[in-house]
Amino acid sequence: MAHHAEETTVTVLPPDKERIKKLWQVAGILGIITLIEFAVAFLVPHELKDVRVWTFILMTIVKAAYIVGEFMHLRHETKVLMWSILVPIVFIVWMLVAFVYEGMAIGDVRL
Amino acid sequence: MSHTSPVVVPAPGKTEWDGGVSPMNASYGKLMMWFFLLSDAFTFSALLITYGLVRSSHAAYDGTVENFVFSQAYWPIPEKVFAAIPFFHGLHAPLVFVGIMTFILIMSSVTMVLAVEAGQRMDRRAVEKWMLWTILGGICFLSCQAWEWTHFIIGDGVVGANLVRNEYGPPDFADFFFFITGFHGFHVFSGVLLNFLVFYNTVTGVYERRGHYEMVEKVGLYWHFVDLVWVFVFTFFYLV
Repeated sequence: MAHHAEETTVTVLPPDKERIKKLWQVAGILGIITLIEFAVAFLVPHELKDVRVWTFILMTIVKAAYIVGEFMHLRHETKVLMWSILVPIVFIVWMLVAFVYEGMAIGDVRL
Repeated sequence: MSHTSPVVVPAPGKTEWDGGVSPMNASYGKLMMWFFLLSDAFTFSALLITYGLVRSSHAAYDGTVENFVFSQAYWPIPEKVFAAIPFFHGLHAPLVFVGIMTFILIMSSVTMVLAVEAGQRMDRRAVEKWMLWTILGGICFLSCQAWEWTHFIIGDGVVGANLVRNEYGPPDFADFFFFITGFHGFHVFSGVLLNFLVFYNTVTGVYERRGHYEMVEKVGLYWHFVDLVWVFVFTFFYLV
């Protein structure tokens, strides 16, 4: 087999500066949100439990949206693909609500 | 391979299904990776939500954070458990080490997406470079986790932690730590292996001959997912 004949010439395109810049911006946002989470963990007193927990949850969702949307490119896929992935997440939300509710009920019985 | 049949070379980064039509404008492999990740998301959710159930069924600590002591009577405050960093024995630095781990994983996610970008424009050298950085990030994270586990198991007191009992709180606390971070760590481990496989195939020119670097994108999806799960583990296990 003539290996050299099979070697195809590859055209390397130049880096997409715009896109790379955008990716680093997303990385920066993720880093900043993590720093804010740290600030909340240390500066907001534990007595304000609800404020702490909801800030953490909100920021986690924002981070998740950036990772899935930009890094995993889901935001730029076709709408059908995007919703096929996002809609089943409602089952997770249901499970979360049901289980935590149930957990508190178990706690009440135990105490 | 017959030399007479024309070889159809798809556009860079694009492959078609055998029928010639790509449902949802995505290749077969990519679509299946998405659905696998969705099912994996359910598994991780089940673990984390069960953690929520068991935690909320235990008594919570009522007193002030300053006076907190480890006890079997209530669930521990995570930042009191994870407050050590390597080489600084005795220093109380809550969540600093786990913050470093989070940073490492986010960075390796960035280098991965840069490898994907390089692959889409057939730049072999750039793919090699960014894949190496990604592998390095994964190995760093796993090393950190090995240290964290060791510290958790040995502990500062006499007991340390195992699946039956631990010095930090109820047995369930350590059980969930081992299962959730262990399951995630195993995903990172598999990811490092897959990343190495992709790196190897890139170096040997497999993807260049194939005409596209779609494997980088598919493994990239998996790697970002591992990062995504860590974001949730970080919040619900360490912060809340």
